[in-house]
Amino acid sequence: MNKVKNNKAWWLVLPVFLLVAFSAVIPMMTVVNYSVQDIFDQSSRYFVGADWYRQVLQDPRLHDSLLRQFIYSACVLLIEIPLGIAIALTMPAKGRWSSLCLIVMAIPLLIPWNVVGTIWQIFGRADIGLLGASLNQLGINYNYASNTMDAWVTVLVMDVWHWTSLVALLCYSGLRAIPDVYYQAARIDRASAWAVFRHIQLPKMKSVLLIAVMLRFMDSFMIYTEPFVLTGGGPGNATTFLSQTLTQMAVGQFDLGPAAAFSLIYFLIILLVSWLFYTAMTHTDKQ
Amino acid sequence: MNLRKTVPLLIYILFLLVPIYWLLNMSFKSNTEILGGLTLWPQQFTLDNYRVIFTDPSWYSGYINSLYYVCLNTVISLSVALPAAYAFSRYRFLGDKHLFFWLLTNRMAPPAVFLLPFFQLYSSIGLFDTHIAVALAHCLFNVPLAVWILEGFMSGVPKEIDETAYIDGYSFPRFFVKIFVPLIASGIGVTAFFCFMFSWVELLLARTLTSVNAKPIAAVMTRTVSASGIDWGVLAAAGVLTIIPGMLVIWFVRNHVAKGFALGRV
Repeated sequence: MNKVKNNKAWWLVLPVFLLVAFSAVIPMMTVVNYSVQDIFDQSSRYFVGADWYRQVLQDPRLHDSLLRQFIYSACVLLIEIPLGIAIALTMPAKGRWSSLCLIVMAIPLLIPWNVVGTIWQIFGRADIGLLGASLNQLGINYNYASNTMDAWVTVLVMDVWHWTSLVALLCYSGLRAIPDVYYQAARIDRASAWAVFRHIQLPKMKSVLLIAVMLRFMDSFMIYTEPFVLTGGGPGNATTFLSQTLTQMAVGQFDLGPAAAFSLIYFLIILLVSWLFYTAMTHTDKQ
Repeated sequence: MNLRKTVPLLIYILFLLVPIYWLLNMSFKSNTEILGGLTLWPQQFTLDNYRVIFTDPSWYSGYINSLYYVCLNTVISLSVALPAAYAFSRYRFLGDKHLFFWLLTNRMAPPAVFLLPFFQLYSSIGLFDTHIAVALAHCLFNVPLAVWILEGFMSGVPKEIDETAYIDGYSFPRFFVKIFVPLIASGIGVTAFFCFMFSWVELLLARTLTSVNAKPIAAVMTRTVSASGIDWGVLAAAGVLTIIPGMLVIWFVRNHVAKGFALGRV
């Protein structure tokens, strides 16, 4: 759509601008402020320049949780995106059955995040949970609270349970937007199911897949509540991700300076990776 | 419907429903039965766990608090996002692209980053432990999202409609309320759904910004851990009750869900 140039439109955007400025810019400036000062109390604060940044960048605890975070987000994307596409392809296009599917699949998305943790905590425990008990019955020694590998698998399965539906629903709406003539043409050409997927469905799903990848990346990178409830970050530090490390630092130990410096680095990483995904996925359009 | 497609789908749906069933199952059991051994359905069906929640004000006020700030947030987000989304979908203006991108970056900011600044900001203006504080804090991620979704829906409405209305002598506010809003009603419904959803599921900010008067249900749930261990039955019942508002909301928007999840862009 060709848009009219009109600077008066700023008046319409002004409320959003003010609101977001209040709830984002002011807190962000506070964070910046903390990150360059050493604060003892209201009256004694010293400018320390980039010291906190230097300290944070050399902190091995942060390196570890950053690495864990990247592995976790990569696993989440590698499992959920293909699975979500596959499920969207199997969903019926029309009728009562399809709206039932949509509703059932949306349920996990609407459960408060701490309750998601609770559900899996209850479900996975060896004494009272169906999953834990049946795995142990089968002779697999499963305990997410003490075994690192089990904890990781449980947190990942929980995330797949929680968020694959989002990817599937996005892809489903992308698939519904493909006109029937495309499929008819493919049938005339005797295209295989794979060819239909590769050359018709996948390109048409690209815009929604972009949204799915971005949302899943951002949210998995900021994950806090679910692993916190399920494993409390343990065993040891095995499932302590970035947000939890940050919260420990800021609220638990009250290390304001390093926590603020770390916050800004964290935010920049998310921005940078999101931008990389965005350019990588829109760049192929031009070729 | 063919079998090769239905079976994997059914397996997936089963995978989604079994953990929820387990929660539901547990909420109808007494604690002795839960800890006594594994039973696939409640042997001694009891509503005691629910009775605890509905008779104790500190429990049910958690639900009221949560619903209150979630609705407040949805109203605030929608009312500021509607005009802004209209501006983005119809006009070019100074810095429009930058502004839009800047809005979206707020969706990428980890809530953990904002914990302390929010706490200090709202404490200093005397809003700590009020519903409006949580509602405003949740605007951080809901407003950008609302603008994004609404912009998609509004771009789908032909511009000729606006022009015809102006020629017919409609003023902007009257056109917007009388003609434009009804046209994108489904988009508004979907946006409200998303705002409701993301505000309802968030815990970290809501918990930090409240202590007593506006304490959300998610924070109340941590109470079930006491010296005598975790009260599993009540915890499960509270969990089941948090799922219900979401299911009601999705029932209302079920016909628009598919388009809504594509954020109006299909």
